[in-house]
Amino acid sequence: MIEIHLILLFMIAAAVIAVEVKDLLSSIIAVGGVGIGLCMAFLVLKAPDLAIMQLVVEILSLIILIRATIRKDVPFSVSGRWVFNTTSTVIFLAVFLFAAYIALKTVHQFGSPEMRVLRTYLEEAFPLTGSLNIVEAIAINFRAIDTLGEATAIFAAVIGVLAIARKSARRKE
Amino acid sequence: MKRMGNTEDRGMTLIIKTVTRITLGFILLYGIYIAVSGHVEPGGGFAGGVIVALSLVHVMLAFGKEAALNRLHASGLRVILGLSTLVFLTIVVLGFRCRGLVSEIIIPICQAVITASALFAIFVALVLLSKKDRDAEEGK
Amino acid sequence: MISYMLCLVLFSVGLYCILRKRNVIKIIIGIGIMEYAANLFFVLLGYRTHGRSPIYAIDQEIKSMVDPLTQSVVLTGIVLGLSVTLLLVAIAIRIYERYGTFDITKITKLKG
Repeated sequence: MIEIHLILLFMIAAAVIAVEVKDLLSSIIAVGGVGIGLCMAFLVLKAPDLAIMQLVVEILSLIILIRATIRKDVPFSVSGRWVFNTTSTVIFLAVFLFAAYIALKTVHQFGSPEMRVLRTYLEEAFPLTGSLNIVEAIAINFRAIDTLGEATAIFAAVIGVLAIARKSARRKE
Repeated sequence: MKRMGNTEDRGMTLIIKTVTRITLGFILLYGIYIAVSGHVEPGGGFAGGVIVALSLVHVMLAFGKEAALNRLHASGLRVILGLSTLVFLTIVVLGFRCRGLVSEIIIPICQAVITASALFAIFVALVLLSKKDRDAEEGK
Repeated sequence: MISYMLCLVLFSVGLYCILRKRNVIKIIIGIGIMEYAANLFFVLLGYRTHGRSPIYAIDQEIKSMVDPLTQSVVLTGIVLGLSVTLLLVAIAIRIYERYGTFDITKITKLKG
């Protein structure tokens, strides 16, 4: 699987650029690069539903982030204790990656998942639900409560945004 | 800066408006197609809803805020949104085994309507918020 | 194994951004990168070598498909990540309007 490694390296490079560049607009466009890389990775990993979803969601969040940050270019600030903060963060991340490496040894090998529960889904999806796309069958028929929770989360986000943007709160200084 | 403030209200240039007028129907149709054909092909209700919301955002960016909001009938949209939410909630909570027409057409359409209206509402709220902010900034 | 570790490196890039940067928009970007890495890790766990995408066709075997359950879970997770990003953007715009800056250290100083 050399192609998934290449796509992951591209995503890491785009993420580092997005984190380190000083212009906010360039940073957001680099995040768009990470999202497009994720879309390609989903296509390589045989998940076309997720690729479509990731592409459209990426475009929408990119538009809204650009609307939020346009003409608000603030200067980059460097704090006083630069060495201490960076050193402690890097040490923490090293410990995190080491622990993750130990934990990942217990996970199954890449490319051979254990599909005990899934065999039922795979074999009975078409006879029970009549849908050819098994991902949609799971999302709508077998796990419809998950989808209901998803819609609830979207409504919660709408309520939160409208509560933040309402007029009476804005007038108060 | 001043020129950008004007383009926010009146929309973009004539070329973009013409192209938007041509492509709007195709984008809406593609969103509905993605939502409805989710059971035989890759796609699904939420992806279709996001595409429909993107077409509305497209109109709003091209024509300006006023023209886009005048095209929408708010009361009818409110009825459709409430109805689709109620249908979705009823199907899921009652929990009958849905197949055929219900699971292939009705639930994806409900998902698409919910997602599109919610995301477009968030976009409108954010645009109005940042526009008030910009006006206050220029006033100072 | 290398794929898992690269995915975690991507996650730690986002974590570094959250822990170290002072700009609110940069923090939102870091949260987005962590979300991408988490979604990708789920899909990597469900991949099968020489597998097919989970859509029925005429002549095929059930055993050769990739895992559809993780893809269904990630389908939920993408929408949740979008909602979180939109809410954070709204909060960031309010912060800029109230304090005139995106810097999180100056926000506490200007309060009062």
